[in-house]
Amino acid sequence: MEFKDYYAVFGVARDATQDEIKRAYRKLARKYHPDVSKEADAEERFKEVGEAYEVLKDPEKRAAYDQFGRQWQAGQEFKPPPDWDAGFEFSGGGFTDAGNFSDFFESLFGRATHGDRRGAGLRAKGEDHHAKIVVSLEDAYQGATRTITLKTPELDANGHVITRPHALNVKIPKGVTEGQRIRLAGRGAPGLGQGPNGDLYLEIAFQVHPWFQAKQRDIYLELPVTPWEVALGETVTVPTLGGKVELRIPPGSQAGSKLRLKGRGLPGSPAGDQYVVLRVVTPAADTPAAKAIYQKMAETMPMNPRAELGV
Amino acid sequence: MTQELLTLTGIVLDDELSISLRELCHVCGVTAERIMDMVEEGVVDPRGASPREWHFSGKAVVRAQVALRLQRDLRVNLAGVALVLDLLEELEELRRLHGRYNM
Repeated sequence: MEFKDYYAVFGVARDATQDEIKRAYRKLARKYHPDVSKEADAEERFKEVGEAYEVLKDPEKRAAYDQFGRQWQAGQEFKPPPDWDAGFEFSGGGFTDAGNFSDFFESLFGRATHGDRRGAGLRAKGEDHHAKIVVSLEDAYQGATRTITLKTPELDANGHVITRPHALNVKIPKGVTEGQRIRLAGRGAPGLGQGPNGDLYLEIAFQVHPWFQAKQRDIYLELPVTPWEVALGETVTVPTLGGKVELRIPPGSQAGSKLRLKGRGLPGSPAGDQYVVLRVVTPAADTPAAKAIYQKMAETMPMNPRAELGV
Repeated sequence: MTQELLTLTGIVLDDELSISLRELCHVCGVTAERIMDMVEEGVVDPRGASPREWHFSGKAVVRAQVALRLQRDLRVNLAGVALVLDLLEELEELRRLHGRYNM
């Protein structure tokens, strides 16, 4: 087990006042709240901050923890000395959140009291669990089945909570969009006493696609085209999630023109559309003949594309 | 071990979902009063005239749950929660646009 430096978590000195600790806690709790933060490890950091505060906000626990302060470094192998807590009393209650503190915390202060599942008559719904599931746009279009591995808490013979990896298949229905959540009832943490299990929520995240981008159910594609295709009009083949389709580029289109393929986005009611944004690619003037053509264009079709900029 | 895995089908919390006040209370694990306070503050916006007729979309389920966590973890009051949720939605939208134009 590794020693945890709760003061370093808050970035405060060991002699920080209770007010300083409270302020540091609130600031970090806002920063790492998993519903607000986009940091990849937000949930872990949020728990770490909660655990540190659990100890440092309570003068009794803080004093007990401070005994270790000078001898130990964060990450160092740690074993609490026997009877280390003699003379301190941690009366039950006061835990901010359901269990889930580190082994380090539990070796010092024991388990959260309401984590005791043996209590007679106690009855509460288990905690909800949250996980992110990454799916490709193709899977979102067609629907798919994904195997996910969850750590499910179980009770061992002595009534202790242990976690066990548990694989299950989840159906990803077609037409899911980024950020949507799928609720799997009863697949969260076990309930207390006779209480029902919590639920499992899977948040859909899209894998980055090499050329498609999704916005809700609409799909965006940047399509490279030649100057003559946009100027003269042309029917070109365009990829969509459902396969290739023919798209007519109207004559006189411009770079950045947005063309719509109705109903070719992610399925749903109504289905999304695919938007094709034209990107004009000019051929290189790398032969005398090509140079002559550009020269001819400059003479035949003089234009100032910067007129709007006043230059 | 070649055990056949159980395949689960969940409920997608999207705009097509429509659940009653009672079901929303069950999913969130709270009393009807707390949901009614959220409706009053505009945190969630049900269809239907009275609580008996209220129906909530999947998006409302997500908003209600985030609201409950923000209240519990950050001690934000309901008016603050409503503001945070609206700003978060705007931020998501901006992040998507930002992602699209900065490939």
